[in-house]
Amino acid sequence: MYFATEVLTQSSELRKKWEDAVRKVIAKNADQKPEALWSTVSDLPIRRLYGPEDIKDMDFVRDIGYPGQFPFVRGNQVTGYRGKYWTFRMFSGMGDAKTTNERWHLLLKEGQTGLSTAFDFPTLMGYDTDSPKARGECGKCGVAIDTLEDFLQLVEGIPMDKVTTSMTINPPATALWAMYCAAAEIRGIPLNKIGGTIQNDMLKEFIAQKTLMCPPEPSVKLISDTVEFGTKHVPRWNTISISGYHIREAGATAVQELAFTLRDGMEYVEDVIRRKGLEVDAFAPRLSFFFNSHSDFFEEIAKLRAARRIWAKAMRDRYKAKDERSWWMRFHTQTAGCSLTAQQPYNNVVRTATQALAAVLGGTQSLHTNSLDEVLCLPSDHAVQIALRTQQIIAEETGAANTIDPLAGSYFVEALTNEMEEKAWEYIHKIDEMGGMVAAIEKGFPQLEIADSAYKYQRQIDAGEKIMVGINKYQTAEETPIPFLEIDDSVEKDQIERLTAVRRKRDNKTVKRCLDDLKGACKKGENVMPYCIEAVKNLASVQEICDVYREVFGEYRDPGLY
Amino acid sequence: MADKKLRIMVAKPGLDGHDRGARVLARCFRDAGFEVIYTGCHQTPEQIAAAAIQEDVDIVGLSCLSGAHRYLFPAVVTLLKDKGADDITVIGGGIIPDQDFKLMFDAGLKAIFTPGATLDSIVEWINTNVQPRA
Amino acid sequence: MIGITGSPGAGKSTLVDGLVECFRKREKTVGVLAVDPTSPFTGGAILGDRIRMQRHAEDPGVFVRSLATRGALGGLAKAVGDSIHVMDVMGMDMVIVETVGTGQQEVDIINHSHTVVVVLIPGMGDEIQAIKAGIMEIADVFVINKADREGSSKLRRELMAMLDMAPPTAFPGGWRPPIVRVENAFEPEGFGKSLEELTATIEEHYQHLVKNDLLGSRVRRKAVVELNEAVRTCVLEPVLSRLIASGEMAGMVEKLLKKESDPYTLAEEIAGRFLKNCD
Repeated sequence: MYFATEVLTQSSELRKKWEDAVRKVIAKNADQKPEALWSTVSDLPIRRLYGPEDIKDMDFVRDIGYPGQFPFVRGNQVTGYRGKYWTFRMFSGMGDAKTTNERWHLLLKEGQTGLSTAFDFPTLMGYDTDSPKARGECGKCGVAIDTLEDFLQLVEGIPMDKVTTSMTINPPATALWAMYCAAAEIRGIPLNKIGGTIQNDMLKEFIAQKTLMCPPEPSVKLISDTVEFGTKHVPRWNTISISGYHIREAGATAVQELAFTLRDGMEYVEDVIRRKGLEVDAFAPRLSFFFNSHSDFFEEIAKLRAARRIWAKAMRDRYKAKDERSWWMRFHTQTAGCSLTAQQPYNNVVRTATQALAAVLGGTQSLHTNSLDEVLCLPSDHAVQIALRTQQIIAEETGAANTIDPLAGSYFVEALTNEMEEKAWEYIHKIDEMGGMVAAIEKGFPQLEIADSAYKYQRQIDAGEKIMVGINKYQTAEETPIPFLEIDDSVEKDQIERLTAVRRKRDNKTVKRCLDDLKGACKKGENVMPYCIEAVKNLASVQEICDVYREVFGEYRDPGLY
Repeated sequence: MADKKLRIMVAKPGLDGHDRGARVLARCFRDAGFEVIYTGCHQTPEQIAAAAIQEDVDIVGLSCLSGAHRYLFPAVVTLLKDKGADDITVIGGGIIPDQDFKLMFDAGLKAIFTPGATLDSIVEWINTNVQPRA
Repeated sequence: MIGITGSPGAGKSTLVDGLVECFRKREKTVGVLAVDPTSPFTGGAILGDRIRMQRHAEDPGVFVRSLATRGALGGLAKAVGDSIHVMDVMGMDMVIVETVGTGQQEVDIINHSHTVVVVLIPGMGDEIQAIKAGIMEIADVFVINKADREGSSKLRRELMAMLDMAPPTAFPGGWRPPIVRVENAFEPEGFGKSLEELTATIEEHYQHLVKNDLLGSRVRRKAVVELNEAVRTCVLEPVLSRLIASGEMAGMVEKLLKKESDPYTLAEEIAGRFLKNCD
């Protein structure tokens, strides 16, 4: 019991008085909008007021506790942000490797503390720049990487043993991670000294983002390979970043983001245990997560707090993990791209700031803040700087980092955290009943749930029931031109020339042998990572490696559920 | 016989899989009484043009968020023209900067919708500007 | 012409996509007609079957056309007939019609085919009951799709039992519908093999029709259906639209609601007025 009976009795009397007063007022002056429309951006109804009775069933020790203690709702780090702020990690990549490398050096100079790589679509999908499918895409929304030569250019002058690098890469994750490992070895840095993250989360691709290559089952197998390889050889690497970001961007509600992401995480845990026979504590501490921070301030804070508590319970009780680092949920957060508007683009700075503050109050370990122009194009230098400064202002000026989990104990925040958790478990149990996430995806369950939410939200915007400033309220007639970063179409031509030159100069016989070895490993079910590293060292391209996977495991086509 | 219905193809050219907009629009067009053919993600311009002709659609709506619209959108229009199907209206949407509008219209696209366009405004544009062909 | 039918979610489109590939390997050109239901509320439809077949879009030997059912009186069978003629003219060797097996219209369309393939999946409850009566009877081949799922052998046993109960006359020329198991499409090797088997079975059935001189009865069945559909279009629809336009329909509905009459009496009155030359 969170409150003494006496407090609850008193509160109930006072509440009655207050409710009477409210009734009197609204009889004369009605609220600005009907009851049902006072809800979160995810359409979760919110009451006018929260009090002790809303959290009367909580148990302080069981449900809240202290930082660094089960259930970790107040964070993993006992010192909070005093020891170290969250990592300022801006997602960036554009054009060719050289251009992106220059942007990275600029960001590090400006006080960024971690790197994060955006690849272009051909790289993300496992195609080389000269593939017919890649036409028009090269370098447009990230950096183009075809072979290790590009990769070495990308990390030129970056202290790989000091700065951690995150790579948003999914189907070709083995190939790109192999390049990172190979680059480190060439630089003389041992694998146990490099740190970073590969996103490597295919389940959310099937659910939401559709960066697809092979069917779910072999995709999960490749992921388990990386987990095993990391556990044995690259212990500072996060081999999966289990991502809710894209699920949310695809139109999910906060609860759906929370539930599907955590259930994805459980699926990976189960697969690694089953397929690789590893002890849960051998690998679970290196699993990391990635969430969205959307516009509804308190809903996001509650979501992040609930996420830590659900994961801790699942790891301890469901998977019997004993190491408390296995119970920790460590996560990166990005502000919501889908909340930004092309209209009145400077408003995006304000949106991003409040979303970033929510992420910090929710206890994120790492943060990307969107730039004001990202709804139109890749961010310009100036826009990126404002976005990075937004984080620095929150860290240095607002006082949000002074104390740990400052909203704990708030009637509203605790009640909302509980509600998020309950609703997420409902989904998780439903997916369990379907036979797990792969089975649920094959049935189209999460995809259709998200499609329904996305459609409903768009209809609410059209009906004016939910507001986006500048879109359906407070519109202005005149346009605000903003500076615009354009990736020149010549990048594609130059990149193809570079790739052709590499193909000419490399030892093609050795490349073929490496790829044949990789194929053999895939067929035998061996861990592919050592074979990938050997292949990229001999300048095999991203597509050449992925074509092996496509050949052995088959190609998955999106069923296009709607 | 039932009235002639408007047939629209919703297509996602290129490698970008962000299909939230395309799928929301497909539902919206169905609710507006259109017959919607959805191609799914990751289509080449050649696949889209061939499908549009086989399906005898009145209008093709292209969605692209990756920045590759500069190549992909005009390519679809050109292919349709080459196959004698230039009476099919082509419109586009996604992350399309203002600077590219001229390029798109010059290429033969009839309308561009960017983030913030309401569903109703898109349906209204179609109802005003496109008639089901005999 | 091959008709593929089964309940929604049975994996028909993926199966058709696989069949197209098999026929293309045999250097046959293929036309596909994919039928999806129209929303009764808005009159619109999302025709999503093409998604699974888009990889053939650029192949000139494959032609895919999606059709909406457009409600009970939308002239679906006529539209299908027209499209089939178009595909004939184009010289397509094979025509595959895909439709959900849940409505009378779909049964009519499927009746056009030489070979009717009914697709079932395990684990969906009483799958056999869910299929529209009238379809099980005309099945020439059964497919148990996603056969690696639980419940696959149970479904097979139920199908066998059903076939065992049928009188010999149900199998013209002694063709007892075979049951083909198709592996999950996510296992490309197994799926490919299953599809080859299905293609061979379909070809075998066609040969059976030819050998036993049964093609004629299929053509006859098709003619009956076409005539039914034509009569419906030319007789029933004008009557209905006249009743609606004149407001009589609304008046009759009122009578029904007030319990002043019943549907059969009203229908007989209408028949009396419009069908003067009968009897």
